Amino acid sequence: MVQSSRHDIVIVGGGAAGLRAAIQAAEANPDASVALVSKVYPMRSHTVSAEGGAAAIAREDDSLELHGFDTVKGSDFLGDQDVIQYFVEDAPRELALLENWGCPWSRNDDGSVSTRAFGGMTTKRTWYATDKVGFHMLHSLFQHSMRFPNIVRYDEFFVTKLLVEDGVCQGVAALEIRTGEFHAILGRAVILATGGAGKIFPFTTNGTIKTGDGMALAYRAGVPLKDMEFVQYHPTGLPGTGILITEAARGEGGYLRNNKDERFLVEYDYGVGDKAELGPRDMVSRAIIQEFEAGRGFENRYGNYCAVDLRHLGEEHIDAKLPFVRELARTYIGVDPVHEYIPIRPVVHYMMGGVDTDITAATPLPGLYAAGEVACGSLNGANRLGSNSLTECLVFGAVAGRNAMDFARGSADGDQARLVAQAEEEAARVEALRGNGKGSEQISSLRVEMNSALEAGCGVYREQGTMAVAADATRSIRQRAADLHLKDTSKVFNTEVISALELLNMVELAEALAVSALHRKESRGAHTCRDYPTRDDQNFLYHTLAHRTEDGPRLDRKDVNLGHWEPQERKY
Amino acid sequence: MMAEEARTLTIEITRFDPDRDEVPKTQEYEIQVQDDWKVLDAINYIKDEVDPSLSHRWSCRMAVCGSCGMMLNGEPKLTCKTALSDYDSKLKIEPLANFPIVRDLVVDMDGFMEKFRKVKPWIVRAKERAEDMENLSEKGTFSQSPAQLASFKQFSMCINCLLCYAACPVIANEPEFIGPAAIALGHRYNLDTRDEGDGQRNAIFRGEGTVFSCSFANECSEVCPKNVDPAAAVNQAKLGAVVDWAKGLILPRGGA
Repeated sequence: MVQSSRHDIVIVGGGAAGLRAAIQAAEANPDASVALVSKVYPMRSHTVSAEGGAAAIAREDDSLELHGFDTVKGSDFLGDQDVIQYFVEDAPRELALLENWGCPWSRNDDGSVSTRAFGGMTTKRTWYATDKVGFHMLHSLFQHSMRFPNIVRYDEFFVTKLLVEDGVCQGVAALEIRTGEFHAILGRAVILATGGAGKIFPFTTNGTIKTGDGMALAYRAGVPLKDMEFVQYHPTGLPGTGILITEAARGEGGYLRNNKDERFLVEYDYGVGDKAELGPRDMVSRAIIQEFEAGRGFENRYGNYCAVDLRHLGEEHIDAKLPFVRELARTYIGVDPVHEYIPIRPVVHYMMGGVDTDITAATPLPGLYAAGEVACGSLNGANRLGSNSLTECLVFGAVAGRNAMDFARGSADGDQARLVAQAEEEAARVEALRGNGKGSEQISSLRVEMNSALEAGCGVYREQGTMAVAADATRSIRQRAADLHLKDTSKVFNTEVISALELLNMVELAEALAVSALHRKESRGAHTCRDYPTRDDQNFLYHTLAHRTEDGPRLDRKDVNLGHWEPQERKY
Repeated sequence: MMAEEARTLTIEITRFDPDRDEVPKTQEYEIQVQDDWKVLDAINYIKDEVDPSLSHRWSCRMAVCGSCGMMLNGEPKLTCKTALSDYDSKLKIEPLANFPIVRDLVVDMDGFMEKFRKVKPWIVRAKERAEDMENLSEKGTFSQSPAQLASFKQFSMCINCLLCYAACPVIANEPEFIGPAAIALGHRYNLDTRDEGDGQRNAIFRGEGTVFSCSFANECSEVCPKNVDPAAAVNQAKLGAVVDWAKGLILPRGGA
């Protein structure tokens, strides 16, 4: 029996983007009811793991033009310029609001907010709270959200379907994890804010919850996924675990070194120019792989690695600015960066692609909005600059909250009986999956196969041959995922059924990613093909759209919004 | 740095499914463990390869999301931060003490969430933002010196992992006690120069089941994985609540 509830809008995801959307909607509309649905308690959301900072101009030597151009160039000219211009203009106001709401930004002696250098940014415009910026932003947002009684939280509810009637998204079907009961959570608009999908890869900075649920929900509802081929490898993850060592380590003056103790970004030409260690992430990750290939990497049981060298910064500076880096290095790899190199290698960090949205955070499905990493606006194009994404969650979370509420105000409640009937069908589908006792595929081994296929075909460097293999493999894996074997029959906190639902989401995205990557016969931003080593604006200056069909993704294209900055060669 | 060695370890884990079990029971798993694993890696291995019906919470595996707190040989720990090599022969994993068990290693934390909200964990200002602009810089931010920031920063580091509640002897006897993390959080806002809500929070702190229920055991600070030192926050909050109350006695009041 499905329980149903009604709200004005329903937000899926309780990280930075979802909380910002909820606060925006609830504060401006005290009479409205805002549902916030998350598969974890909001303070567990993966925003918590972000370390380095959030970008917005703050200094006299900076300008909107500079932040905008840095972002466009960083995106390898695939970013939508109207979105980028709106973003850089709104960013300072959003970060100031967060300051007013209690975020403990690090300060200058005069009491103003301090900023630090970051990759691909012309000047110091990254606001920070030591090196736990995501943690402080998330907790500030979550705590601030608690003052609004009209934000109704559904903690530990897993959304399995968007409820669409008469061509409008009007709610979600959700599994209450603690009880196993199904709910139809209805609203006149829905916002997806579920984050990225790093867990489709084996080696990632992402937490285990980052399974791309929102992307899969939209994709199944007929909304295209945009630019899925663009996957950001962060240059510096700990070998083995993939735990992030923030770019702020280099922003604070850290070096990258090879096994000859060289600062290879200075010694060799990797196109990053004077930026050296503060080159953009795609270029620095490629440089590290090339160091490995040239035999200049270190090696341990997890393969090749290079090193972040912070020793020259000194203990006092490290403890003042990078205390979390020191804690992580000591706890998870057994080195103290005050005295030793930190081993690192490129690691899957962020999806530039996601649910197709426009500058209003709207998707092509009326009533459905998306913000944060789940969405592709497209602010980040082919390569995101570090510290733009936390700000993106705020700027476009607020946009989504405002526009979804406006949409809801202009719409009438849909047919409740039909919406609940859809949720009943969904409940039956998940019920049939729970502890099914049949099926021949093990969840964990199919997940490993998917991970391996993507790593082999869609890594830092790609080739037509290996991408084609990945596209075939991910299709087969998606088909086999229809035959999962589940053993746990309990209704109470059944994490096996959650793992199965997450895997069913991930296999859709893995295939969309591999197929999108295979089609793009050029090198742009994070998508680097050895067979097509240069950017091809003539043929590929467009966004890839992947539409779901039963036979696999059907690709389409969407124009890039240019106009202010002319595409030029990307060299630093 | 890391040797490639595996060894066999027997791990006892609490199992409880309210649909089937009247009381929690213990199940033993004998598994091969790697020398560089954390305790969480062993639990995940069991979940993936041995027994998919085992339920536990985890996410970031880097000691910042606060999901994976459990009792390890009777002590509350973050399983993602605790090396398996700390346990030679026997490891017993139980759900966090002092919380109702939902299932296996998963506890009911709704009570905590209510306590957390009670301390008004947000910036309270006397005026709405639009009327408050004279207190903000032209960039829209409050001024706060590094020293003012440092006065509360430590108490803002809590990841809500609940280890302090599992360790607290007061909670064990008095489940309604608001608890170390909630008090530390309320105190964090009281110390923040941007906040004007200390009067409201101190009134809460003078109520039953809050700061004056604390028995100075200091267990909370000893188990905190983030060095928040909630015991210090509780002691400072006690003083703040008393001073605030005494001020109320001394200052002239209307009608007095």
